[in-house]
Amino acid sequence: MQTTAPGTAGPTPGAPATGLDVVVTGTSSDAHTWNLIYLELLLTEWGHRVSVLGACVPEELVVTEALACRPDLVVVGSVNGHGAADGLRLIAAIRAEPRLAALPVVIGGKLGTAEDTARAALPRLRAAGFTGVFEESAGTAPFRRYLDTLTAGVCR
Amino acid sequence: MDAPTTTGFGAFVRDARELVVQPRMGFGPPRRMRRGLRATRDADATSVGTLTLDSYTRVGDLAAARRAVTEGTDLNGYPLLTHGPAATRRMLRGIGGPGFPVQVRHGSAAPQDIVRGLLAAGLHATEGGPVSYCLPYSRTPLAEAVHHWTRACELLAEARGPGPEPHLESFGGCMMGQLCPPGLLVALSLLEGMFFVRHGLRSISLSYAQQTDPVQDEEAVRALRALAAELLPGVDWHIVVYTYMGVYPRTPSGARALQDRAVALAVRAGARRLIVKTTVEARRIPTVAENVAALETSARTARALPRPDRAAADDGRDTQVYAEARALVEAVLCLGPDIGRGLLTAFGRGWLDVPYCLHPDNAGRSAGFIDERGRLGWSSVGAMPIGHVVTPRPAAALTSSGLLDALHYVETRLDLGELAGTGAHREPAPAGS
Ligand code: B12
Repeated sequence: MQTTAPGTAGPTPGAPATGLDVVVTGTSSDAHTWNLIYLELLLTEWGHRVSVLGACVPEELVVTEALACRPDLVVVGSVNGHGAADGLRLIAAIRAEPRLAALPVVIGGKLGTAEDTARAALPRLRAAGFTGVFEESAGTAPFRRYLDTLTAGVCR
Repeated sequence: MDAPTTTGFGAFVRDARELVVQPRMGFGPPRRMRRGLRATRDADATSVGTLTLDSYTRVGDLAAARRAVTEGTDLNGYPLLTHGPAATRRMLRGIGGPGFPVQVRHGSAAPQDIVRGLLAAGLHATEGGPVSYCLPYSRTPLAEAVHHWTRACELLAEARGPGPEPHLESFGGCMMGQLCPPGLLVALSLLEGMFFVRHGLRSISLSYAQQTDPVQDEEAVRALRALAAELLPGVDWHIVVYTYMGVYPRTPSGARALQDRAVALAVRAGARRLIVKTTVEARRIPTVAENVAALETSARTARALPRPDRAAADDGRDTQVYAEARALVEAVLCLGPDIGRGLLTAFGRGWLDVPYCLHPDNAGRSAGFIDERGRLGWSSVGAMPIGHVVTPRPAAALTSSGLLDALHYVETRLDLGELAGTGAHREPAPAGS
């Protein structure tokens, strides 16, 4: 299930050639990195420029990197079961920085320790300031649609 | 195997008359943890208990662990330091003891407080290692992890008394969970074991995580045994096999088939202990009942297998895995008697180089692949000193779908096994929890 803002979905035909600058990161407590490696490859294949921050990234480091690199998008991946809780902390830290108030930030993966708690967390994550929330069972299509929309908006 | 110790985790496993099985179990609330441990003990199997710690405790974020406990948020393991020694002793009362040793499994690159905490709670067994709990688990510099783990070993060794002998297991046989050629896994497990012994441990275990090919896996466990017999004289050691640590089959029968293969590997290759996985591994943290089912199924499978032929089983030297592992171990031992320093130098030079590991202290020039027979091999060895025993097979650039194919190699095959058989079905969604 995907919870990006409705009305913006749909692949953009003839998407611009220039891609986005994307930072891919895990959350502060999450050691899993295969999902990050996968996201890096996927985003690169889709024409974006990616930098990966790696495992167990403290919130402050994400904020510092976002301020330093001024990316078009931050992609947060988490599968260890703490994604919802860690994600809420992370987005609070990002949105607390005025210069990052409008930065697109999305999160995806296995976001809770049980499938139903994960699903219950999705609206809360969105309300807290994530631009998009991609629960794993939905696959990559909604994520791709979101990126196409964002690319069309950013790379006019 | 020498037997210098009397009681404790190592002695229990050594004296067991069949394969010892163990879950990877950890729950936040002490009541639930106690129920899980009691059910593990009472399972129809020779079992040992596990306290798997949550990810906040692993990374030292005790404020977050405290908040989760206070707010009643789900944790992915038991927050040992938040509940504290008194509550943990209460949780273990009447359950943990000589007949049912309990091990703490964590994943911390700086484990001193966890070691102090488990000792204060009356426990003596844990796992990890300076490399295996640093590179795949943290962004802590390797040099710091070596320092922290030196201290952790000393703390454990200093706790030796008339009671249970402190025990430490290397997680080195699991690096990244998947797609690491076995020679490197065997070498790292052995080197971490030697590191533990240099820093005072007398009872240790060496791990190997099941990979893609049963024959290669058996070679790996035999190679590990052969090297341990040679390089760990006078030490109480045993081998623990981890059921597949990579992307797991989603179908119940695929999951059980993979578990059966792990049991067969452990029994045939002479491992003494097996960490099991459940049929919901691919999706979520398992319940107590799912853990017990995995323990009992594995014990039953082990009992039904013929005992291995000792004479044949004792030689593990004439294989590719042994040759690679031996070359890597020798290279590190050549760097001097201080194994911690040797490991640091070796990673610094890329003599040890874990494929697909993002940690800044890993060279990241090696790469592995799955060959047409299903064995893990090297497509690049980077600067690892195994050029004389390996001919790497250069591979095409990695793509996202290529990576997923490799990560799902085991899962796809075992899940297809179910689809090809009778009564293909997905597990129904769990009610409640
Ligand atoms: C490999 C593995 C490990 C390795 C990781 C090595 C590493 N550095 O990466 C090791 C052994 C170290 C490990 C450790 C732990 N693990 Co682990 N691990 C796995 C395992 C077996 C495979 C994960 C994997 O590699 N998948 C391949 C990648 C490519 O896919 P993925 O991560 O599933 O991500 C996919 C989607 O979620 C999605 N996605 C992910 N992020 C994002 C982000 C966006 C924006 C989008 C659009 C999509 C997306 O895309 C991916 C491709 O489809 C899974 C179980 C399984 N799936 O079989 C458990 C699992 C993820 N681990 C789990 C846990 C709990 C842990 C531990 C806490 C130990 C424990 N209690 O078992 C520790 C965590 C330590 C920490 N601090 O976080 C749980 C999480 C449970 C939950 N969510 O409730 C799982 C599900 C196992 C289980 N059933 O208990 N683990």
